[in-house]
Amino acid sequence: MRALPVGDDALLVEVSSGEEAQALHAEFLQRRTEGSLSVREIVPAARTVLLDGLADPARLASELTTAEVPPAPPRAREAVEVPVRYDGPDLAEVAAHWGVTPHEVARIHAGTEFSVAFCGFAPGFGYLTGLPPRYDVPRRATPRTAVPAGAVALAGPYTGVYPRSSPGGWQLIGTTDTVLWDHTRVPAALLSPGTRVRFVPVGNA
Amino acid sequence: MSDRALSVVHAGALTTVQDLGRPGHAHLGVPRSGALDGPAARLVNRLVGNAPEAAVLETTLSGCAVRPRSTVTVAVGGAPCHVTVDGRPVAWGAPVRVPAGALLEVGRAMSGVRSYVAVSGGITVEPVLGSRSTDLLSGLGPPPLTDGAVLPLGRPAGLHARVDVAPQPAPPAELVLRVTLGPRDDWFTPEAVRAFTAHVFSVSPASNRIGLRTEGPALERALTGELPSEGVVLGAVQVPPDGRPVVFLADHPTTGGYPVIAVVRAADLPAAAQAVPGTPVRFVAVRRR
Repeated sequence: MRALPVGDDALLVEVSSGEEAQALHAEFLQRRTEGSLSVREIVPAARTVLLDGLADPARLASELTTAEVPPAPPRAREAVEVPVRYDGPDLAEVAAHWGVTPHEVARIHAGTEFSVAFCGFAPGFGYLTGLPPRYDVPRRATPRTAVPAGAVALAGPYTGVYPRSSPGGWQLIGTTDTVLWDHTRVPAALLSPGTRVRFVPVGNA
Repeated sequence: MSDRALSVVHAGALTTVQDLGRPGHAHLGVPRSGALDGPAARLVNRLVGNAPEAAVLETTLSGCAVRPRSTVTVAVGGAPCHVTVDGRPVAWGAPVRVPAGALLEVGRAMSGVRSYVAVSGGITVEPVLGSRSTDLLSGLGPPPLTDGAVLPLGRPAGLHARVDVAPQPAPPAELVLRVTLGPRDDWFTPEAVRAFTAHVFSVSPASNRIGLRTEGPALERALTGELPSEGVVLGAVQVPPDGRPVVFLADHPTTGGYPVIAVVRAADLPAAAQAVPGTPVRFVAVRRR
């Protein structure tokens, strides 16, 4: 584990895998709940956890440098179920990458339990991991200028669901009517780091 | 709508509602947003007797014109500009009474970029995640002002402004940004790190609330390849593939995949928000506190 200073009051804690980043994120959340970590933002990402707004980053950095990455936390509450029609325009291309039929893509994807590794790109957009590395897919060579809200998409090791229409370069495999982000709802984001997710095929799948 | 409201007569190039922003939601991909020149926004609120968290208007270069439906006190600060009420010049940087139905015109910035307009009672559009700020990256908060829009106003807090007029820093002729290097300065060649603090860059016209973009020498990377997405902070100096540093301002994305060579001291960011395109920019490395 490396703790890189960021400005005057933040630390970027770097570990060697996405699983370790998720475990570390859970540990920091626990410490904040207990009151032993005072911090404004805890932002997990692919291989790092950012701690922003620390009173004494140097002291925490020296403590973390000698610390072990904590074990993965016990599984979070029930998985959130997201109904999906596997009807995305890139389904055939993803199937070709995986070397299976489009129907098999749906079966494999819906048979996987995902977990939200981190959020970013847009409010409520989660980067979900869970598929084995052999199912990594590249981004599209040419991003779409508009991906519709509710599009279920793949890029690299991640699955994501577009909370609203936006440009995007991910491979679209399906569509959901589930509302990912609603700022009038509590919580506004359906998916937050650590949430477990299952995609449930509906309709033509 | 009640008479506690403000009609927008001319929205100007880009005028938004801003308060202290919505920090604390970065893990959901929500930018902090908020007034780019925080000290100016706080000062104009104080001048009209508002609490610091009251929402104000932030203009961009061209000013705006509004008409209150009831008599209010306003104060304009930040970028210096002409201020008139029904065509008559009034003070900038001081509380001004605007009668019901009168036209308040906030002129084009004479220097600097963003003027701030506080109205007694504050602008009380519906908050989103605890803030009324317009976030231009994610679209949260109220849309930018449009001609004919009507903004609700709160009841005056009844606080007595303890200042009648207050000095404000002049927008910078040269922008000097103190930085601490890292966390990803090791992704750049030693020559690039030296060039970063030795060369004079200039403020790009493509700058906005998301980032202060610069023009100047391209900073060459020592490491190619992709950096896995990681959390970024306000003031982070990210270097995209074109090699030109971008200083992240309030509407910055919460995670990013381009290396951050350094982070600008928070105290220097308000000046960055007031630097017009073409302003020379120097990055000065300082020791971490």
